[in-house]
Amino acid sequence: MAETKPVLMQGNEACAEGAISAGVRFYAGYPITPSTEVAELMAAKLPELGGVFIQMEDEIASMAAVIGASIGGMRTLTASSGPGFSLKQENIGYAIMAEIPCVIVNVQRMGPSTGVPTAPAQGDVMQTRWGTHGDHPIIVFSPASVYETFYLTIAAVNLSQKLRQPVIMLLDEVIGHMREKVLIPEAGKLLVEKSSDNVPADWKPYDEKGLTPLVPFGFGHYYHVTGLFHDQYGFPTGDPPQVERALDRIHGKLEKYRDEIVLTNYIGHKEPRVVIIAYGCTVRSARAVVKKAYWQNRLPVGLLSLQTLWPFPDKEVAAIAKQADVIIVPEMNMGQIVGEVERYACGNAEIVPLNRYDGEMISPDQISELLGRWL
Amino acid sequence: MKIEEMNRENEMIYSGHSACPGCGAALAVRFLTKTLGPNLAIALTASCWSIIAGVPPLTALKCPILHCPFPSAGSVGSGLRRGLNAKGMLDTTVVVLAGDGGTFDIGLQALSGAAQRNEDYIFVCYDNEAYMNTGMQTSSATPFGARTNTAPYPLFKEGQKKDIVQIMAAHSIPYAATATVAFPEDMENKFKFAKELKGFRFIHILSPCPPGWGTESSDTIELSRLAVSSGAFPLFEVKYGMEWRMTTPLEDKRTPLGDYLGIQRRFKDIDSERLKILQEEVNYEWELLQDKVRRSEILK
Repeated sequence: MAETKPVLMQGNEACAEGAISAGVRFYAGYPITPSTEVAELMAAKLPELGGVFIQMEDEIASMAAVIGASIGGMRTLTASSGPGFSLKQENIGYAIMAEIPCVIVNVQRMGPSTGVPTAPAQGDVMQTRWGTHGDHPIIVFSPASVYETFYLTIAAVNLSQKLRQPVIMLLDEVIGHMREKVLIPEAGKLLVEKSSDNVPADWKPYDEKGLTPLVPFGFGHYYHVTGLFHDQYGFPTGDPPQVERALDRIHGKLEKYRDEIVLTNYIGHKEPRVVIIAYGCTVRSARAVVKKAYWQNRLPVGLLSLQTLWPFPDKEVAAIAKQADVIIVPEMNMGQIVGEVERYACGNAEIVPLNRYDGEMISPDQISELLGRWL
Repeated sequence: MKIEEMNRENEMIYSGHSACPGCGAALAVRFLTKTLGPNLAIALTASCWSIIAGVPPLTALKCPILHCPFPSAGSVGSGLRRGLNAKGMLDTTVVVLAGDGGTFDIGLQALSGAAQRNEDYIFVCYDNEAYMNTGMQTSSATPFGARTNTAPYPLFKEGQKKDIVQIMAAHSIPYAATATVAFPEDMENKFKFAKELKGFRFIHILSPCPPGWGTESSDTIELSRLAVSSGAFPLFEVKYGMEWRMTTPLEDKRTPLGDYLGIQRRFKDIDSERLKILQEEVNYEWELLQDKVRRSEILK
């Protein structure tokens, strides 16, 4: 991919620009700190691109409008933060059930409740996974830089279209408000997946045979869309085998494309003794530590950064746990992803959480201090 | 009323609160607390007042404040009132304070529910015509033609400002009224009257916002006065959704709307065509209101 123009950008801006590059032309939102810049930028840019920006009356309405627009054939985005993201949950569940593609941005702030609106935190990790009720699948990306925000947003839009699945971009206040260089590809150089090409003649909205592209309303197919359990035509059903099959179907598509969805990155020693597993802005502090410990001092240290949080990178973590003696999991919460790490490490490594929840970032010094105990 | 005639007793707002200079909302709450206090409980939804009410370790008001989630003001107020009643604290006045977002937009469902049940408290909306606390995004109280950060140049807010008092009057609540900071006597009278009533009472206060509207902080009172004299924000009250009454003397000649909008930077790019549309809208609303007032007099 030819990357040309380097541009200085804010994280929220990169999210909006990434979405626009990936063909998003519909945004419905509601102001909330620290995600408001996404809305403001979409308001400034979408009208001249022939897109639609609506400021809705509340968070629930924003999410619902996005669902409506997706069924109308638009690529859609909405952005929010803690309290607003909580309000969107019912509609997110609906979109998962009805297999409606959309991308939801949550720029995390300190919670619970109103919390500290201007302070960063990573307390919504489990809410993105289990915020809406029922056994549902979800895709969550967590960028660690402005650059990653831009490209992961594009990936989010594409995956959401391909799998007919809501995707959550889980930013934090640091990434959302930080400014960094992004290399913007030239027009036409980006891969934007089109889902609705080559629709078979016997198209069914929820085909038993597997994933089918979404055919928007108004394109010749009449079908029902519902949050009730439904058969392959979209008609409500309470028939136990069909209910089970429907739940398997929405989970199965994520399992099938697992390797496309789960993105991680490892840097550091080839045979590490201590590995840091981090995501979001915490990756930056961890990277500073690994730079010093491994690149300068050749200590057996590594960093596994998780771009995808859900589905959880189970294989990657399991493999690292077999190599390392100790895994440090720094998080800006009271310990959320650490439980998953423990689960997939299967006792092969000692898991050490490092938590900070005072509205400040975890510093490299904090991580090095902990790291020093094993080196 | 001259400033030296103003009642300085029973002040319940402390100096040193964190409102911007020239904030209409701070002034409005000063009149509110003075008139409705001292036995007062305030439920406050996310708005500029969430910040104004107290920067640690100090509070800005001499009364307890319940900061509640954004969409919930109307419902939290209902629970608070009924809870106090059940505990026998009948003489505490419950006030729900919300901005235009918490009233017109995200708070409308809870507000409508409370009004329909005729909950016994006073709902006060201070309206600065946009989401000012998050940096001036459009709300449904933003007037047509204004610029906001979600309606950036060359865009402008489309569609009329929601007529919230008419919506509340349609719930046939005991009392609904408009007030603004340039007419403190009128505002205090309305609070006093509301305090003596039972049931749901709604007061809509226009509070100019210097940073949001792009005006000098010294212009707040002048803006508030121009809003009334131009007819953009008429001062009136409605009892039981039927008796409409003007509370400022009827002027035959209203000032042109241009005078009011001209000193606000958010209307900087308004062209004559849009100004004309706005003026016509104001004229039309004015006539409708006068019609309701005349009919109420006949019904008497």
